Amino acid sequence: MASDDVWILGITMTKFGKHPTKDVIDLAAEATMGALADAGVTMREMGLLAFGSLMGRASGQMLQKQVGQTGIPVYNVSNACATGATALRVCHMAIRAGDADFGLAVGVEKLAGAGLLAGGSRGDDSKNWTPSGRFGAVGPIDGRIGTETMPGVFAQIGLEYGHKYGGTSFELFAKISEKNHAHSTLNPLAAYSKRFTLDQIMNDVMIAYPNTRPMCSANCDGAAAAVLVSDAKLKTLSLEQQRRAVKVSASVLTTDPWEEACQVLPNVNTLTRQAATQAYEKAGIGPEDLDLVELHDCFATAELVHYDNLMLCPEGGAVDFFNSGATWRDGKTPVNVSGGLESKGHPIAATGIANVWEVATHLRGEAGDRQLPDARVGLAHVIGLGNACGVHILERAAA
Amino acid sequence: MPQPIPFVEYLVLGDSPHLVANECTACGARFFDRRNACANCFATGFRKVDIATEGEVRAFTIVSLAAPGIPVPFVSATVDCAGTSVRANLINIDPTPEAVHVGMKVRLALQPVGADGSGVEAVNFGFEPQR
Ligand SMILES: [Zn+2]
Repeated sequence: MASDDVWILGITMTKFGKHPTKDVIDLAAEATMGALADAGVTMREMGLLAFGSLMGRASGQMLQKQVGQTGIPVYNVSNACATGATALRVCHMAIRAGDADFGLAVGVEKLAGAGLLAGGSRGDDSKNWTPSGRFGAVGPIDGRIGTETMPGVFAQIGLEYGHKYGGTSFELFAKISEKNHAHSTLNPLAAYSKRFTLDQIMNDVMIAYPNTRPMCSANCDGAAAAVLVSDAKLKTLSLEQQRRAVKVSASVLTTDPWEEACQVLPNVNTLTRQAATQAYEKAGIGPEDLDLVELHDCFATAELVHYDNLMLCPEGGAVDFFNSGATWRDGKTPVNVSGGLESKGHPIAATGIANVWEVATHLRGEAGDRQLPDARVGLAHVIGLGNACGVHILERAAA
Repeated sequence: MPQPIPFVEYLVLGDSPHLVANECTACGARFFDRRNACANCFATGFRKVDIATEGEVRAFTIVSLAAPGIPVPFVSATVDCAGTSVRANLINIDPTPEAVHVGMKVRLALQPVGADGSGVEAVNFGFEPQR
């Protein structure tokens, strides 16, 4: 009997880093053809394409023109840093709805050399003060009424957690970054795979206290793609395809519900907690069952709060949880064994599929030098400011 | 001399400068921007309410890298003004981790932004340490 489960049949990510000779479609095509080959199928079988690329002015149709035009619907999706997860979610929904047997999700970005994202430009003051916009401001507000830069926003989110529960410090956040950079040394696809000492991290260029440069996600080029398949169709495929398939036990997308202050400082906590709660419930899996977690460490300060939001630790216990060593690769709940966004890199629309690739690769036992022993269940999490949160729980196929 | 004007519409200048919010008459949710409806309860009735001018820093960062034209370093903070959160710069304070901390008591203060082509001065707000 077929169930309504949805499976990842094939998935791949390109090397993250600098790809000066490839354009955004080259990268998307490389990931797409890689995922199709990994799945053992072709564009002919795909029932839909969900495509995300935030900065590149690219579309799924442009990708089709290079890899296969079969007339299927394309959903061009845009959800900030949750764009890749949204593309996966679209394929998941279409398969669950019976609209397609196979779906292809692709995320790609070219960001190498990009500077500050968001708040990256301040317009000039006008010659005559004229109120405009929703605040009736007579000039640009970034830097005059707080900051709009991502490092600054997420720095405040980390310090807010410290204010609420205590125990945070510059050094603590730097130690989180130290862990992720240490993990990255085992990941050949990471944009940066260099180990940093705590001193090096704390003495590097300050971006927005307490986030120094190595504590911020790395702008880079990269793509990731996944082929999803229905349970019924998977059962008609080869035993090898079935063995390597990874079950999507939960695919959840949330936005932030209104709370006091959420329009003043983005609240990345409640929507993550709600996404995690829904995902654990759908999967019938608890945080204590997870063998690995890839979470959205766009900044070191963000990783800390998501330990709590994903309920990897008791409420308010993220500092103790980290200090226990739980999130190192030999700990109780390894977090970001890929190196995370701080070292693997963060090609925005690719991130929400690349995180799933990392988890799936461990569940398949194909992670090489950084393979976590006997990984059965994992979780991938992304946050796009605005906000959108994607959580996927994945399980290894029963042997 | 032309009258100074507030940098944003939710700042009221004069003898006792303060911020005003749009408060939903149905649920009490407060917003500083122009509203279409309430994000919490979807009602469309609002009244103006004055915001407390003293508060506590709930979160901050010291921005060292910003867009061209923005003087750095500066302190960006979320200030809890008697239950209403406000985004602002902390001013009249050293932008160092030694000088700023969460939980510190602050109060509204004014800061001139400059004059436009016709000599009209715009005045912004920030929060400074209570003394
Ligand atoms: Zn309301």
